[in-house]
Amino acid sequence: MIIYAIAFYLFAAVAVASGTMVVAARNPVHSVLFLILAFFNAAALFVLMGAEFLAMVLVIVYVGAVAVLFLFVVMMLDINFAELRQGFMRYLPVGALIGLVLLAELILIGGTWVFSPDAEVAISDKFYMSGEITNAHALGLVLYTKYAYLFQTAGLVLLVAMIGAIVLTFRSRPGVRRQKIGAQVGRRVEDSVELRKVKSREGV
Amino acid sequence: MLEIGLSHYLVVAAILFALGFFGIFLNRKNVIIILMSVELMLLAVNINFVAFSVFLQDLVGQIFAMFVLGIAAAEAAIGLAIIVVYFRNRGTIAVEDINVMKG
Repeated sequence: MIIYAIAFYLFAAVAVASGTMVVAARNPVHSVLFLILAFFNAAALFVLMGAEFLAMVLVIVYVGAVAVLFLFVVMMLDINFAELRQGFMRYLPVGALIGLVLLAELILIGGTWVFSPDAEVAISDKFYMSGEITNAHALGLVLYTKYAYLFQTAGLVLLVAMIGAIVLTFRSRPGVRRQKIGAQVGRRVEDSVELRKVKSREGV
Repeated sequence: MLEIGLSHYLVVAAILFALGFFGIFLNRKNVIIILMSVELMLLAVNINFVAFSVFLQDLVGQIFAMFVLGIAAAEAAIGLAIIVVYFRNRGTIAVEDINVMKG
C-alpha cells in the first residue's frame, strides 16, 4: 500500500511539474518534450489504476504519433519564438487568476460530490472489471460488440482527418518534372524513332 | 493520505486541466503552445474518465477514454496541418495576425 502511495505521488508530481513546464518553457521544443514526459506519467497513473491497455495506447498514440507530429511542426516552421513570447508577463496575472479560480472550482466540486444511489444500478456489467479477464480482453469484448458502431465512426473520423491533413498540406509546385506514365505508355515508334539512310563516309 | 482514492486522481486531473487552461492564456500568441495546452486538457479529461471507470467498476469509461484519444489525435493532425498551410501562406503563426476572415 505504501509503495502504491509513493508511486502515485511520484508520478502525479512529475506529471504536474512537466505540465507546468509545457506552458512555461521558453523553447517550444522543450515544451513538446515536457508534454511527452507528462504523457508518460499519465500512462503510469493509468497502470496504477489498473487500466494497462489504455496506458499503452496513450504511450503509442500520444507519444508515438501526436507528440512527434508536434515536434516535426515546431522544428519545420522557421518561427521567431522569442517574438511570440512578448506579452508573456502581461498575460501572467490574469491567466494565473483565471486558472486558480478554475482549479478552486474543480477541487470544490471534487471535495463535495457523492455517488448517486442510482449509480450502482446504472453500471452496465461488473464482470468486465472483476479481474477474471485481463483489461485488454475486457475492452475488446465490450468495444467490438456494444460499441461497434461508435468504433467504426471513430475510424471514419480518423480517415477524414488523414485525408483532410493531406489535402490541406498538399501543394503542386510549378516547374517540377514528374513522371507522366500515360505519356510514357502512349509513346509510339512512329513518333519517336526516325530511320534515315546514311551514306557511307558521310554524316547525317 | 496514504490511502489513494478516487479524489486523489481527480485532484491531479483538475490541476492538469487548470494548467492547460492557464497555458492558453499565458501563450496567447503562439498557436502551437495553445494546441499543446488543449492536448494537456484532454489528457486531464482522460484521467477523470479512467479514474471514475476504475472506482465505479464500469468499463464504459475506459471505452470513452479511447474515443477521446482518437478524436484528440485527429484534432492535433488537422490543427497542425492548418498551421503549416497558414505559415506557408503568411510566414507567421502569431494569433493576432490571424484575422483574415474578420469582417
